[in-house]
Parts: sequence; structure tokens; C-alpha cells
Amino acid sequence: MFYREAGDFKTSYPEDSQTFPIKFDRYRYYVVLAVAFLIIPFIINDYWANAVFVPFLIYAIAAIGLNILTGYCGQVSLGTGGFMAVGAYSVYKLMTAFPEVSMLIHVPLAGLITAGVVTLFGLPSLRIKGFYLAVATLAAQFFLVWLFNKVPWFYNYSASGQISSPERDVFGIIVTGPNTEAWAKYMICLVFVTLAALIARNLTRGSIGRKWMAIRDMDIAAEIIGVNPMMAKLSAFAVSGFFVGIAGALFFSVYLGAAEVGESFGIDKSFLVLFMVIIGGLGSIFGSFAGAAFMVLLPVFLKNVFVGMLGWPTDLAAHLQFIVAGGLIIVFLILEPHGLAQLWRLAKEKLRLWPFPH
Amino acid sequence: MPEQFLFAIEVTLNGLMAGVLYALVALGFVLIFKASGIFNYAQGVMALFAALTLVGIMDGQVPFSHLINAIFGTEIHHFGWHVPALLAIILTACVMVLFAWLVQRYIFRHLVNQEPIILFMATIGLAYFLEGVGDLMWGSDIKKLDVGLPQGINEWIDETTFNAFGYGFFIDNLDISATIVAIVLVAALIMFSQYTKQGRALRAVADDHQAALSVGISLNFIWVLVWSIAGFVALVAGIMWGAKSGVQFSLSLIALKALPVLMLGGFTSIPGAIVGGLIIGVGEKLFEFLVGPMIGGATENWFAYVLALIFLVFRPQGLFGEKIIERV
Repeated sequence: MFYREAGDFKTSYPEDSQTFPIKFDRYRYYVVLAVAFLIIPFIINDYWANAVFVPFLIYAIAAIGLNILTGYCGQVSLGTGGFMAVGAYSVYKLMTAFPEVSMLIHVPLAGLITAGVVTLFGLPSLRIKGFYLAVATLAAQFFLVWLFNKVPWFYNYSASGQISSPERDVFGIIVTGPNTEAWAKYMICLVFVTLAALIARNLTRGSIGRKWMAIRDMDIAAEIIGVNPMMAKLSAFAVSGFFVGIAGALFFSVYLGAAEVGESFGIDKSFLVLFMVIIGGLGSIFGSFAGAAFMVLLPVFLKNVFVGMLGWPTDLAAHLQFIVAGGLIIVFLILEPHGLAQLWRLAKEKLRLWPFPH
Repeated sequence: MPEQFLFAIEVTLNGLMAGVLYALVALGFVLIFKASGIFNYAQGVMALFAALTLVGIMDGQVPFSHLINAIFGTEIHHFGWHVPALLAIILTACVMVLFAWLVQRYIFRHLVNQEPIILFMATIGLAYFLEGVGDLMWGSDIKKLDVGLPQGINEWIDETTFNAFGYGFFIDNLDISATIVAIVLVAALIMFSQYTKQGRALRAVADDHQAALSVGISLNFIWVLVWSIAGFVALVAGIMWGAKSGVQFSLSLIALKALPVLMLGGFTSIPGAIVGGLIIGVGEKLFEFLVGPMIGGATENWFAYVLALIFLVFRPQGLFGEKIIERV
């Protein structure tokens, strides 16, 4: 009825190739942005920020990063946890080395460092493919965690081997450390998420994104039509590493505050982000958000139901949480292997015809 | 002979024994991957689940007792009997067959023809699920598993080597029995796949699904069969690792130990899994012994992966994997 292309005439190429060609979509996008930037910061409290919004936004960045690598370029990576650790430790080193510099510079710098490291670990992808590559990225995961545990320089020789984020600000507003206000945490993550999504969306629909997709669909064929596989694969690793590094940096400095590498950035993290990408939908930016929201909200929801409503002991609830999460993942894969993004697409198709489906 | 050299030999021998155990886990992976193209991450959790079930049956625990007590307010824990090890092993094997059937019937039948990554994710979901079920059924505390395998230092080897070299090698009896069991198991698997009707059908399916279907082999049956065999291999691996270090959550992490073995040996090769296991076992023990002290130790976590990675750069399909031929 209101979701129509009809009557929405495009008179120039930029208009025709914009991200949201349908008017309704465009307005919805502006409304979401307005709510996220202008309303939520004023009503957010500590519980909602720490339990839902901040982890959701940070995981969304990580999922976008992994989605570029796995969903767009077809290179399965199980090293996301280790790569996030690179972001976390580089932002920690930067924060302690240059205390007066704004976090808005530190975090992207950490992203760049991570991009370099990830590109290095992406080199074997030129020879190794498929599951062999997936397992090979586990080498990065275990090696990086071991490295950050064993070399004291990375954690500034602290006695506990942990890193904890000092108080740093953006334009005079404290965004890290224990005295941060909920809305400040939320806002810095939101800014980075918005930028990441914008960049990712525009990269993936440009020529570089089409090269990635050509490599994903069939790398030999892509090579024959003139895509340089080395450049395409390594650029995917680099861009993915940049986003994952930003996610890791924010995860440590804004969300956790203090981190121990094996615990915070272990292999569980790699699988968690991969789940987000799969459940959200491979090769979709919206899917990264949907998947992140799903995987962040699920444990919160289950905990509230089992412990809060039914009053069962917490260890029992933890086991049940495993069962329900694992079961849901399987059910999801069976019902819709292309993820939440596909459901969203179907819903839009339906909406386009509604209420006269013929 | 210099002392250092003798140490190195001892480390190598122990590495070989550890490698056999890795190979045992990797074997389960290879079987399923060959027959159905599923990369089964849940293999490690299957070993944990099998070991938990075995202990639970032997001790006569009531399954789900924790849950039942929480809901009905009762206080039941044990049936009060003890089941002999052999009977318990047979019962556990039956449970694993049932599990194989359930997995096939309710999960992978619905996922036929999906992309490999989706199947892989499904097995990770299965791993979470099974881990939760295992903990819920039998409790998450560390359990001792004793099925009557000999334990402790092997006196005979210790004495013989002491007399020959003046330094007694420390080799655990348990490792020796694990090696023997693994050899028997592999021999049995080879016999099964070479000389029985089902074994031949299994190889046919591994070769070509459609051709196998067209000569009247039931894919469903073969997949249940192969998951059952993998479950049985997981049970054996679970018994060995469980007897060594107790039945606990970390048992499921042996799957992560088996992955580099698979990479090295090739995902589709049974001899590859065994040779890969031995190379990884010896390699990581020797590296930890020779280089580990210089760079801070605990290298065992990643060395296997890096070794496999370097190896793959030169031979992308692994040692014995089928050559990857790509066509446009």
C-alpha cells in the first residue's frame, strides 16, 4: 500500500543506484538513525547499555567485518577472537603511550594495526581454500592468544597479566574507564557502528565489492575475467581486519574495561561472531546487525526466563542455555539457511504486493 | 649416549603415544567427512558425551537428576547399583547409535544439499546442544573413569632401557594400551570397509553419492551407520582421554587438537589421519622440549596449527588428501 516503487521516478544515475531506492525504506532508515542518535541516549540506563546496547553495537561491527571476509569474499575465518584481541591490545598500547590523544583517533589506528596483522594471516588463503583455510585461521587464533599471554610488553608488565583501560575522553567527555556514563559508552559505539556500516555498504556495492563476490562465487572464473585474486583476497582480509580490530578495541576499552586475553578473546568469540554472520545472513550488512542482535539478546532473554521467572538454580539455567542456543541454531539453519536477512527480504517482497497480491 | 639425546628420544616416544590419541579423534572426523561431506565439529563433544554416559551408567547415576530435583523438589541421585565396565561400554555404544540415528533423522536429513559452511555451523550448534545435554544429564563435575586399564609407569621398559642406556624411559601403561586399542580399532575399521557389504557400500557413498544411490544403496542407512561408527570411535577416544585426565569439559577440546591433524593428513584420508596424528604428536612434544623453554613454554596450543599451516602452503590438500582439481 505504502511500500511501492510506483510513482517514485528516478531522474539521475545517483538516484537510481542509491542504497535505499524505495522511499519508504529511506524514511525508515532516517527514523532509525534519529531514534538511535536523538532518543535512546537520553533514556538509556546502565543495565540496558551494558547488557544489550553496547555489546550489540560492538558485535555488529565485528559481524560486519567477518561478513565482508566470509559473506562477500567467501574466505571462512575462525580467527575473529584472536583478531579482536589484536585490536584490544593495540588500543591499550596506544592509550597508555599517548594519553592525551582522543579515542576517535586511537580506535581507528588500532583498526589499521589489526588490518595489517590480519592481512599477514590472510596470506595462506592464496594457496589454501575452504575448510583447510578455516582450520588454518585457527592457527592465528591460538598463536595470537598465546603471544599476548606470554610477552609482557603487550600488557605493560602488569602483575596480573590483565589489561585494564585507563580513563580517556572524546571532546572532554569520558568514554572509557569505570566513571563512564551509560550514554557516553553508547554514543561512541554508535558513531563507530554507523561509520562502519556506511563504509562497508559502499565498499561492497562498488567495484571492490564486486571483485570480492566474484572471488567468492568461483575464484578461477574470477581470475579469468580479470580479477586479481591476490589483491581481492588480501583487501578483503585487510578491510575485515580493520572492522574486527575496531570492534576488539571498543570491546576491551569501552565495554569490558579490563580483559584477560584467553578469557575475553578465546575461540568462543570466533564462533560467536561466525554464528552472528550465519544467522544474520551471509553477504548482507543488515544481516550482520540482525545476527548480532539475536545472539546478544538470546542469552539475556533465556537467563531472564529460567532464573528470573522459573527460579531455577543458575548452573542448571546455564546448561539449559547451551541446549536452547544450540537447538535454536540448528532449527534456524534448517528453516532458513540464508539467515534473518533472507526473511527480511521475503517480508519486503510480500509487503510490496500487499494488500493486493495479484 | 648424551643425556639430552636420551631425553629427546623419550619425548619422541611419548609424542608418538599422544599422536595415536589425536589420530583416534581425527579418525571420527575423516569417517563422517568422507561419507557425507560434513565437517563434524561436534566430534570432541561426542567423545565427552560418550565418556560422561559411560561413567554415569557404571556408577548407576540417575539421568537428569539435577533437573528432576529442581522441578519436583526430590532428592534422587543414584539408582544404587554398579554396572560392570564391559556391559556399560556396550550400553553406551547403543546410546551412541541412538544418537547417530537422531542426528541423522532430525538434523542432517533436513540439510541435504546445503552448502558445507551451513552443515559445519549445524555441527557447532549440535556441539553446544550436546554439551548442554551431557551436563544436564550427568552433572558437570569432574568424574573419574576407570574401566580397568593398566595405569602408571611401565616397569619393564623402565628397567630394560635403564640397563641398556643407564637412563630409564618413563612410558605410561595407559598410553601403551591406548596405542594397542587404536591399532586394533583401525585394523577393524579397515577390515570392515574392505570385506563387508556395508563397508563396501560406505566406500561407494564416499566415492560418489549419486552413483551409489543409483545402484540401490540407501544413503540414509549409510549416514546413520557412519555416524554410529564415529560415535563408537568417539567412545573409544573418550575412554582413553577420560582415563588419562578425568572426564570433564576440557575433554571436548580434543576436537581442536584433531583439526591440525586433519589438515596435515588430508580431510579424506584414514591413513592420513594416523600419520598426521603421529607427526603432530611428535612435533609438538619435541618443539615444546627443544624450543619451548626459550620462548616461554605452553607452545602446544598453537604449534600443531602452525606446523600444519606451513605444511599446507606447500601441499594444499594435505599429505594424503585427494588432489583438488578445479574446473570453471
